[in-house]
Amino acid sequence: MAEQPLLSVTDLRVHFPVAGGGLRRRQNAVVRAVDGVSFTVAAGETLGLVGESGCGKSTTGLGLLRLVEPTGGRVSVRGTEVTALRRRDLRAMRRHLTMIFQDPYASLDPRMTIGSVVAEPLAVHGLHRGSRARRHRVGELLELVGLDPDHAHRHPHEFSGGQRQRVGIARALACEPDLIVADEPIAALDVSIQAQIINLLEDLRDELGLAYLFIAHDLAAVGHLSDRIAVMYLGRIVEVADRATLFARPAHPYTRALLSAVPLPDPVAERARERIILRGAVPSPADPPSGCNFRTRCPAAFDRCAVDDPVLTARGDGHLAACHLSDDGTG
Amino acid sequence: MAGDPVLSVRDLTVRIGTRRGVARVVNGVSYDVHPGETLAIVGESGSGKSVGALAVLGLLDEAATATGQVLLDGVDLLAAGERQLRRIRGNEIAMVFQDPMTSLNPVKTIGSQLVEPIELHGVATGAAARDRAVELLEQVGLPDARDRLGDYPHRFSGGMRQRVMIAMALACEPKVLLADEATTALDVTTQAQILEVVAGLQRRLGLAVVWITHDLGVVAGIADRVAVMYAGRILEQAPVDELYAAPRHPYTMGLLAAVPRVGADRPRRLTTIPGQPPDPTALPPGCAFHPRCGYRHDPRAATEVPPLRTVGPDHRVACFYDVVGGTATGTDGGDG
Repeated sequence: MAEQPLLSVTDLRVHFPVAGGGLRRRQNAVVRAVDGVSFTVAAGETLGLVGESGCGKSTTGLGLLRLVEPTGGRVSVRGTEVTALRRRDLRAMRRHLTMIFQDPYASLDPRMTIGSVVAEPLAVHGLHRGSRARRHRVGELLELVGLDPDHAHRHPHEFSGGQRQRVGIARALACEPDLIVADEPIAALDVSIQAQIINLLEDLRDELGLAYLFIAHDLAAVGHLSDRIAVMYLGRIVEVADRATLFARPAHPYTRALLSAVPLPDPVAERARERIILRGAVPSPADPPSGCNFRTRCPAAFDRCAVDDPVLTARGDGHLAACHLSDDGTG
Repeated sequence: MAGDPVLSVRDLTVRIGTRRGVARVVNGVSYDVHPGETLAIVGESGSGKSVGALAVLGLLDEAATATGQVLLDGVDLLAAGERQLRRIRGNEIAMVFQDPMTSLNPVKTIGSQLVEPIELHGVATGAAARDRAVELLEQVGLPDARDRLGDYPHRFSGGMRQRVMIAMALACEPKVLLADEATTALDVTTQAQILEVVAGLQRRLGLAVVWITHDLGVVAGIADRVAVMYAGRILEQAPVDELYAAPRHPYTMGLLAAVPRVGADRPRRLTTIPGQPPDPTALPPGCAFHPRCGYRHDPRAATEVPPLRTVGPDHRVACFYDVVGGTATGTDGGDG
């Protein structure tokens, strides 16, 4: 991409200090939740960030918005370095970069009307001043996400899960952001409601030219919405490719295993496929293995993997993978 | 399927008293499960799928009343006393719940929690019971099983805990396993491990499985037959291949069209089901899906509950309208 990306994340690290087991043992242990993550998102583009629980995908989202303070690395939005901003200058940045959370039950203040939930960011940023202009804008936003503007005086408990997620989306849209970080926005919803929210996110993107960082464990949903997909494992991105390439020619053994484990809603295809069952469990991010993070569970690991930490390497057409195996599966 | 069903549920109905009135949670559900077979019960939240499973095991709390019949090898569990139920639960029929984090006792070791049902049901005692516990943990694929008996649940990952739960459920070799969203909280790679373990046990032990889930992908991979529930009723029931290839109920069709699919093809826009499932304290008259249905061509659906009718071998649908033929069924309903 020739032009400057909307969002650029370089070598982002978020480490958490933890008390080691025992009284004196390992007191300086560090959980490397995000350990050197780099990616870009272009204006109007959707990048999917997938991985299993504990891989650091949510912490990546929080870290780039500085809702969790990064340990290291650089985040820039339209060329402004977010990581260099003083805390009080962050507010202006958060107008352009907003977030939708997983749990519409927990992320809305139960005492506020949904109108004031949606109006709050407008007040914070001093937009649409005056009660009439603000009411008008709130009505416009509720309509945009498919809610009845006349319901602005109602409280969150009067809405279903899907409707509450719409309120969260309206709030995120209030200040006309360029990019929305959506962290598992459909995971808590029923199947029929998930499709409604996916379609809404799609419509809003087309209508408003939004970019999304879509963070989720659900590969099918991520694939549906994303132009490109980044796969995370144990604090690192192990593979990035455009949607079609990632699904058709996954290069990293972890991506292959992940894809083979996704249940397909098609019994005939389910019987025909070969599933790669991974052994063991994800290692602790406080004590990752030497060399490649994935080698303890990798069906294709060989000597070099225990010694050399593979870096993300280009395989053509913007397809990157961090694996010592070459495309034909040889070391 | 040949032979007698091991579990036969007849007209199961559950009412729960709430502050807002009586919730009609399960409304006349009937199904059979044969030895070695997996019946998947699919539904969204509020469909009654979980409450129905609790009712089968007699685990409902006092605010709920269950009627109908739950026949396990001919014995009606709904008519059984608590003492008899306690002997049957675990021994003959067992259940695995969604959340392995809260279903295990955090202050007891895995070993003691596993040995307890084994001794309680008189399968074995003392060292023999511990050996049996190790054997069970090995069966569900837990590495270093003997060394881990002394560990507390917090030392185990979610997937490991769910394996322990399955080991506990299988401790007394039940004939039927009910699993309620048993892999929903797990990552897909862990889910794949657990599903493989259950399939293996089923082949070896001839276990009948009732797998309750909202996940149409999981169902496609493990089920022999599928029942689709909505607002406390089964709307469609069919062999798994037929349900996915030729669904006949508008709700089933809607659900299948609403699921995004993994694939290299350009994704098509998802079809949605407008609105949301009804409140069980205020079910609409007639077909409960009627207000959301795109095929409201038969006026009877607004006032009458459509009965399950047979449309193919082992395939039943509760809809007045024939989606395939494009006509209303029965004699007095006009094509509208």
